[in-house]
Amino acid sequence: MSAPPDRRRVQLFVTCVVDQLFPDVGESVVKVLSALGADVEFDTDQTCCAQPAFNSGFWDDARPVARRLLGQLDPSKPVIVPSGSCAAMIRNYYRELFADDPVNLSRVNRLRPHIYEFTEYLHEFFDLDMISRLLSDSPSKDGVAFHEACHTKRELGVDAQPKALIDMMPGVRRVNLPQAEVCCGFGGTFSIKYPDISGAMLSDKLDCIEASGANVVAACDSSCLMHIHGGLRRRGSAVRTKHVAELLAERLKQPA
Amino acid sequence: MQPRTTQFRQNSASALADERIQRNLAGLYSGFHSARIDASSATADWESLRARGHEIKSHVIENLDYYLNTLADSVERAGGHVFFAKDAEDASSYVVEVASKRGIDLVIKSKSMLSEEMGLNERLEAEGMEPVETDLGEYIIQLAGDTPFHIIAPAIHKSREEVSDLFTERLGAPRYEDIEDLTKEARRQLRQKFLAAGMGISGANFLVAETGTVALVTNEGNGRMVTSMPKVHIAIAGMEKVVPSIEDLAMFLRLLIRSATGQMLSSYVTAVTGPRLHDEEDGPEEFHLVIVDNGRSRILADEHLRESLLCLRCGACMNACPVYRKVGGHAYGWVYPGPIGAIVSPMLTGLSDGKDLPYASTLCGACKEACPVKIDMPRMLLYLRKELTQGDSYPEHRSADAAERLAVKGWRASASSDAAMRATNLAARLGQALLSRGGEISKMPGPLSGWTDHREFPRAQKPFRSRWPLGDDAARRPRDER
Repeated sequence: MSAPPDRRRVQLFVTCVVDQLFPDVGESVVKVLSALGADVEFDTDQTCCAQPAFNSGFWDDARPVARRLLGQLDPSKPVIVPSGSCAAMIRNYYRELFADDPVNLSRVNRLRPHIYEFTEYLHEFFDLDMISRLLSDSPSKDGVAFHEACHTKRELGVDAQPKALIDMMPGVRRVNLPQAEVCCGFGGTFSIKYPDISGAMLSDKLDCIEASGANVVAACDSSCLMHIHGGLRRRGSAVRTKHVAELLAERLKQPA
Repeated sequence: MQPRTTQFRQNSASALADERIQRNLAGLYSGFHSARIDASSATADWESLRARGHEIKSHVIENLDYYLNTLADSVERAGGHVFFAKDAEDASSYVVEVASKRGIDLVIKSKSMLSEEMGLNERLEAEGMEPVETDLGEYIIQLAGDTPFHIIAPAIHKSREEVSDLFTERLGAPRYEDIEDLTKEARRQLRQKFLAAGMGISGANFLVAETGTVALVTNEGNGRMVTSMPKVHIAIAGMEKVVPSIEDLAMFLRLLIRSATGQMLSSYVTAVTGPRLHDEEDGPEEFHLVIVDNGRSRILADEHLRESLLCLRCGACMNACPVYRKVGGHAYGWVYPGPIGAIVSPMLTGLSDGKDLPYASTLCGACKEACPVKIDMPRMLLYLRKELTQGDSYPEHRSADAAERLAVKGWRASASSDAAMRATNLAARLGQALLSRGGEISKMPGPLSGWTDHREFPRAQKPFRSRWPLGDDAARRPRDER
């Protein structure tokens, strides 16, 4: 038996979407983890989990990009991923991608148990009370609708964790979101291949969000939030999108 | 049925534009889909039933030759005839031959998707026979010259008014407003056919290997009449329909019915074993079981797709699928729509013709979650996408277009290093400065224009990698403006 991994030494796989489009989410993750006393490592040479090519069928193009990330992640330390979909790609689908490559497959299998979606990691390694003590009353009172992003929920089984975190946040009321488990219609390249079908699905999602009375819609996946954000802005809706990490980071007590 | 899988784009666009279809499809969420969730939640051992269903059906599919032989022996022992048909033509010809031999010209049918697959009605008509569908939904579809929209609710896209018009026009019926009156009219019409028909053709929800039993699930009782009133009964079934024993049948009935309509039990479950015996009072004089391949052995031969043969045809994946609930059954262009259809329809009718189907999914996983036998549809959709693009199993069907290949090469280059990611980011930020001044990006060119038809395009930011290492003041810095 090797020594149990040190929960305080973690690696961040920030994901390409967060890196390029939502860097605040990455910062929020680091702030929360740092406040919990974790030492966050980030390799700036990381790029993408290869999901866009993989999901489009281009497995030969996905492999070198996935192999790159596989080489960068240390299979002895937790990997924190602020996106359910990218975490699921590594945890569940790298096995398919490297099914015929025993060397990388064994690396995937060693790494898999250390892949954590952000809220999943918080739950696995920290007490809710401990996290709660780090939060101050936020000046803003938010009604938060939680969108159960498909891969977060169905691929990773992460659903109760973010909800518990939201429920614990001071000044936050989690509102009932009708059809919260229904896909927003993004589906990566699906939204480009079939923009009208995707748009019709998005429209239903936005109707449900608006009907919920929330002023914030939150999720554990920046890609879904990007899609929902784009739809809300197009409608001129006042509802904001926020990653659960952002909701937490906003409420962190200022260091003394 | 003539495949129209090549027309997915056009057909889904017309479904999206049709308000009534959109209304009816939206009803599936609060209807079948919610009913299934309620019924499965009310079943204490549901998850272990699903696991067991998966296990038994997988075992059967892995040993299909054995179970089909056992089944054939059992049917023959019970006095029935068994015919193995390699394709639709083969199966239809057998049916025609049996009918001709007996001089039968009126045939009553209970709902069978395999019959749609075979185009059996068209074939019987071409031979001068009259096939009559007796499931209410299928009857409506037949009168309208339409094709099923959903495998368990074939006419779900039709409104009451349309059916009323159809009955007036095709049957000379008075114009009924009430669904009950419409049903009574269909019943009156069908009763005559039931009494006069020389042959009944049914599908099969399950075939029991050890007994040779054909099991049918209906809510209208028409299955029972089709299999017991005419002198000849022919059951047609895909070769994957077999289960080992009567005990297994009992379990699969629970899985199927609860998943299909959310009922704990359907109004009728009919189990037929062979023809009428000399000491029995009713039942057909002659019983035939036609076991049809029609492309299924192609699926069986592919270890990555074999799991799709576990399907019980309950329709739960369609009801759960947010894409099906937008585009409906006709968009998929063949008998089997929705997530399972996106796998089996291209495999049975031509993979490259159906190339748009495996992509018509967000891979959200709602289908897999709903499936009573835990078929991993997302995994198979991903596999088919790979085969259509860069796979080795069906090289003659590869069909990714040049623009997409180019886009993927571009993605791969941008994801090749830190420097490439920074360069991509810089280019994106320069580009967006041209497209909009600080605000949202409302119009993108080329292949991304569809995106901005419905939503604003995201703006690239100064990337996380350039912000790293975050300063000690990271925790104190106010959030950047979006």
